[in-house]
Amino acid sequence: MFPITEAKFLAPDVKRICIEAPRVARQRQAGQFVIVRVEAEHGERVPLTIADSDPDAGTITIIVQGVGKTTKLINMLEAGDALADVVGPLGEPSEIEHFGTVVVVGGGVGTAIAYPTAVAMKAADNHVIGIVGARNKELLILEDEMRATTDELHLMTDDGSYGEQGFVTQKLQQLIDNGVTIDHVLAIGPIPMMKAIADVTKPHGIKTIVSLNPIMVDGTGMCGGCRVQVGGTSKFACVDGPEFDAHEVDFTILAQRNRMYRPHEQQAVADLEADPETQV
Amino acid sequence: MADRLPPKERMKIPRQSMPEQDAEQRACNFEEVNLGLDSAIAEKEAQRCLTCADPKCSHGCPVGVQVREFVDFVLEGEYLKAAAKIREDNVLPAVTGRVCPQENQCEGACVLSKRFTSLAIGHLERFVADYERATGQVGLPQRAPATGKKVAIVGSGPAGLSCAGDLVLKGHDVTVMEALHEIGGVLVYGIPEFRLPKDIVKGEVENMRKMGVKFETNVVVGKTVTMDQLQNEEGFDAVFVATGAGLPKFMNLPGEHLGGVYSANEFLTRVNLMKAYDREHSDSPIYECRDRNVAVMGGGNTAMDAVRSALRLGAKNAYIVYRRSEEEMPARAEEVHHAKDEGVQFLNLHNPVEFLGNDEGYLTGVKLQKMELAEPDDSGRRRPVPVEGSEFVMPLDVAVIAIGTGANPLVQSTTPGLNTNKWGYIIADEESMRTTREGVFAGGDIVSGAATVILAMGAGRKAAKSIHEYLTTGEW
Ligand SMILES: Cc1cc2nc3c(=O)[nH]c(=O)nc-3n(C[C@H](O)[C@H](O)[C@H](O)COP(=O)(O)OP(=O)(O)OC[C@H]3O[C@@H](n4cnc5c(N)ncnc54)[C@H](O)[C@@H]3O)c2cc1C
Ligand SMILES: Cc1cc2nc3c(=O)[nH]c(=O)nc-3n(C[C@H](O)[C@H](O)[C@H](O)COP(=O)(O)OP(=O)(O)OC[C@H]3O[C@@H](n4cnc5c(N)ncnc54)[C@H](O)[C@@H]3O)c2cc1C
Ligand code: SF4
Ligand code: SF4
Ligand code: FES
Repeated sequence: MFPITEAKFLAPDVKRICIEAPRVARQRQAGQFVIVRVEAEHGERVPLTIADSDPDAGTITIIVQGVGKTTKLINMLEAGDALADVVGPLGEPSEIEHFGTVVVVGGGVGTAIAYPTAVAMKAADNHVIGIVGARNKELLILEDEMRATTDELHLMTDDGSYGEQGFVTQKLQQLIDNGVTIDHVLAIGPIPMMKAIADVTKPHGIKTIVSLNPIMVDGTGMCGGCRVQVGGTSKFACVDGPEFDAHEVDFTILAQRNRMYRPHEQQAVADLEADPETQV
Repeated sequence: MADRLPPKERMKIPRQSMPEQDAEQRACNFEEVNLGLDSAIAEKEAQRCLTCADPKCSHGCPVGVQVREFVDFVLEGEYLKAAAKIREDNVLPAVTGRVCPQENQCEGACVLSKRFTSLAIGHLERFVADYERATGQVGLPQRAPATGKKVAIVGSGPAGLSCAGDLVLKGHDVTVMEALHEIGGVLVYGIPEFRLPKDIVKGEVENMRKMGVKFETNVVVGKTVTMDQLQNEEGFDAVFVATGAGLPKFMNLPGEHLGGVYSANEFLTRVNLMKAYDREHSDSPIYECRDRNVAVMGGGNTAMDAVRSALRLGAKNAYIVYRRSEEEMPARAEEVHHAKDEGVQFLNLHNPVEFLGNDEGYLTGVKLQKMELAEPDDSGRRRPVPVEGSEFVMPLDVAVIAIGTGANPLVQSTTPGLNTNKWGYIIADEESMRTTREGVFAGGDIVSGAATVILAMGAGRKAAKSIHEYLTTGEW
């Protein structure tokens, strides 16, 4: 069992959770993730990025958006509860270098996934520009954290309820149009957002990295369920990624594969909402 | 206790068959197919053994189980003694009795197979192991005094488990580290419940825990902890790498990314380890097979397990698509036989060339090509070659690719000084199981390539012997 030491909502349905996992905390690098199970008997394995870690305390932090049964169950947990399984750190770490000017784009809970890499980029002496987007003010997360690690931060909401009104892509386009030299872009968020960012940067030849979120099972290269098409070849996101060159990724296939279990997922959430007690 | 009949009489007894669940009924559930022998049948079967002076059966068994001796105990009604006899060479008899390809091993070598049919050694082995388990009187051997030496075992499949069992008896402090959340390797994530109930593996793991073996799940060596850290920081005096051959192979055909196309590893892991067959309770989904067409590409045990799982998940048509003929099929004979009885349709001498899908990215069909057998290839099997112009499209909703597995590189790529061959398998000495890195041993599928449970266990035992020597002498 992996005890939870802290749990706090950052936005509706988005929770920050600290877990005791000493070995993971010691090894972890920016860009890596864990796979967790809530419940020992019938629980599903879900991947979550390690947002932060404290090797001395032996803890890691995850930021979870409740989108389906398992993530909703995780978000019902409080300090003092425990997760049945936590395994990691999995995946290749982010490629961190002194690139020059780096733009980190986070959409929705993608901001949580981008945040640790933003920190590492800053530590590598890059000029870091952050663009954080959300549907509205309530859903915008990690503003203070992102402000502390970026040299420049742009907040975007779809409805204009906070920051500037508009999409993260519009802000990126604006920076490019204003003649800002951008050496490297990291974009993490919903699939359509990552695709749109790739389309913005491609004509300018700006190296763009995205973190993909295919459905995973083991996370160790054993099942091939997480395979994605990159540059016309098949890659396993759990061991070859999760970060890939955005201009090479086939986003259509990724989106289609992620819909594969939709009926099952919808049923699971309906059952959970009907009777949360019986589900844990 | 039964008296031995004279040889002439013995040879008149036909081979006793294994009682099994009715084929139509079992094709709809995940309960075990073989029901096990009762003592009367077991005794009758045991009578058939000729107690050969030179027992070929034992030579045919990769770990040399003393078949003649244990069968003799069965005849005397001394089932616990029979089990203890098997355990001298084989720590997982309830498993091997069920899954060994006996026809190529002990039973294939048995003299009876020449003129009659071989002794049902696997069924008898299973019988005594199940008896022992049911009595709860598993004869756990005595442990030697603690040596103070620490050994890490990486991977909890049959190779890792058998090595751990032997080393703990020698008094070493043994920790098994497993990447997944359950112990057992292929025995729990691959081989389905209807062939090897998970409780049997759990029971064996419990026995080992009682003997003092420590188990740590959720540890991916190479990621969670490196070999350098195990040897230098965590104080392990020796490490045994038994990570199996778990990397799925795809066919690199057009359309392989379509929804509904699985590797056998993913399909079986979802069904077994993640319990997707229990759709009421499991949170892990499996793509709908009910009333649909499912085809499994391949002809090994993995393919049979996948296709029979698909039937049990409610498939309307469940096909095996195999590019050679039935004669060349590597699967255990019993599995092919069971699959047929259950209604699996065999498309032998067929090969897929393309997966077809709809606009939403779901599989709708497969283009198959007919094959014929030409001259034998390097493996001695006749080489399948495509028949010109024989392509046709078969409607299909789920495809499972079961054409083999390779070496997972996680440990090798993060461990300096650990050499591999050109296929990525770890190089280890055949006798000592020593790798090219001091203090590190390896065995099972990660050295041999995908093989069998009993060969992996044999490798684990050999490694245990060699590790014990190394820990005692300190000489590399
Ligand atoms: C490398 C990686 C890092 C991730 N990091 C985070 C993170 O830091 N915070 C966060 O909130 N989410 C993260 N995700 C997404 C998260 O894993 C899914 O939201 C979660 O698995 C959904 O499970 P569920 O049962 O709650 O929802 P479901 O109802 O099962 O599914 C909802 C959505 O999640 C996808 N999904 C379902 N099961 C899986 C699975 N086993 N693996 C991946 N996706 C799945 C489905 O395609 C579907 O779109 C990450 C995904 C990956 C691959
Ligand atoms: C579906 C299927 C059916 C089969 N049927 C039969 C049969 O009927 N009869 C038969 O004799 N053989 C059968 N086999 C083959 C047999 O199961 C294998 O040969 C045997 O299990 C190999 O044992 P092993 O201990 O080497 O590896 P495995 O059983 O593969 O175990 C390796 C373990 O190591 C773990 N691991 C991998 N990497 C790491 C890491 N980095 N850190 C920690 N842990 C790690 C894996 O998760 C796994 O649990 C079958 C195989 C499959 C896949
Ligand atoms: S271990 Fe396997 S090969 Fe050996 S005797 Fe038992 S069933 Fe036969
Ligand atoms: S070879 Fe066959 S008949 Fe002879 S001892 Fe072995 S099992 Fe008995
Ligand atoms: S999740 Fe199984 S191979 Fe990546």
